[in-house]
Amino acid sequence: MTGLGAFLWERRGEIAALAGQHVLLVAAATAIAVAVGVPLGVALTRRPRLARPILGAANVIQTIPSLALFGFLIPVPFLGGIGARTAIVALVLYGLLPILRNTHAGIRSVDPAIVEAADGLGMTPGQRLRLVELPLAMPVVVAGVRVAVVVGVGLATIAAAIGAGGLGVLIYRGVATVDHRLILAGAVPAALLAILFDVALGFAEKRLSSRR
Amino acid sequence: MPPILEYVSVSKRLGGRPVLDGFTLAVAEGETVALVGPSGSGKTTALKLANRLLEPDAGEVRVFGEPAASRDAVALRRAVGWVIQEGGLFPHWSVEDNVTALPRLLGWPPGRQRQRAVELLESVGLPAADFARRRPRELSGGQRQRVGVARALAAEPRLVLMDEPFGALDPPSRRAIQEEFRGWRARLRAAVLFVTHDVAEAFRLADRVAVLAGGSVRQVGTPDEIRRRPADELVRGFVAGLSP
Repeated sequence: MTGLGAFLWERRGEIAALAGQHVLLVAAATAIAVAVGVPLGVALTRRPRLARPILGAANVIQTIPSLALFGFLIPVPFLGGIGARTAIVALVLYGLLPILRNTHAGIRSVDPAIVEAADGLGMTPGQRLRLVELPLAMPVVVAGVRVAVVVGVGLATIAAAIGAGGLGVLIYRGVATVDHRLILAGAVPAALLAILFDVALGFAEKRLSSRR
Repeated sequence: MPPILEYVSVSKRLGGRPVLDGFTLAVAEGETVALVGPSGSGKTTALKLANRLLEPDAGEVRVFGEPAASRDAVALRRAVGWVIQEGGLFPHWSVEDNVTALPRLLGWPPGRQRQRAVELLESVGLPAADFARRRPRELSGGQRQRVGVARALAAEPRLVLMDEPFGALDPPSRRAIQEEFRGWRARLRAAVLFVTHDVAEAFRLADRVAVLAGGSVRQVGTPDEIRRRPADELVRGFVAGLSP
């Protein structure tokens, strides 16, 4: 085991650089998934008829094996190709479902009496959303973001297969050269990142729900 | 002077069922009217028509002398106070933020909001020093209800609608808050239309009582008139349990 420690220490520069790329991939994808998923989730609460087909479609995307999705995206113009952009598109598609679903569920879980109180007080629909519904739904929305991030950290390791960089680079190299230490050099930091994000967002979620 | 609030043969169906049918009632400036009736008789529906949370299918609702439908719903609601059971407070806001919700929407300067919150909380028996920073869940039911009243009065509405305002309280706090209500009433220049299923409460607090059944007003009059000359058997039965 000391051998592995020394091995990782020797490659700390490369591991840190790849971990940085990894975090950037996940952060960019999560930011886009939030920017799309939250407004869309809110819109679905206003158009209940669309909720089923759209949540269903997001579910279907979730079932596509990730390696296959990366592969499918490569020939797609603008979104696809080799590199980080394609990986981010794929990660956005996977992150969308938990964020979309939780935003939809979070807004719908707000007590109808509170929503009616906001209307009766004279809030415009925009004020009601911004001042009442979103803040009350926030813990559930953050729970969705948490799932998206943790899943994204894992999936991003596969992104190395299409040349997007990240900790997956070490894992693929380790697999190709049958070097367990290299595989671990990618997998252990990736797992630690996932745990770190999970704990941090779990904490944010708890803080938000205690405010209610 | 035209009534502050007037229903002119209003009909409303909800879920295919007629709830109000030829409902007519007027509330004058500064007057407190209680709307009583069995549950499901359309009392809450009638209230929600007054601030356009619902729209009538037929007939007309007039607020401040003009058709409610002719006014912007948001502007109308800001001009009409609205109190609901348990207060309907925003759980993520402090008591003060709840009370000043409407002044904030109206863009009052912060100093004036703060001052108004202190006045209002004082007037409902919740000293700001103790209560302003608390969250709704840290209050008793009666305290929440008082905050709900304070919130509705924040921008000095000329009309206040109250939906079972004291319904969720246990009898002793209910009694206490009813007594206070008389005090607020004396200070307020607002007209109040309040809905209750508790006939005793209606008779104790209202200048006039309207008995609603089958979608329309069976009788409206002062508590004394209704007690002495109930219009029909239903009204008689309704007030029978009251001590004179």
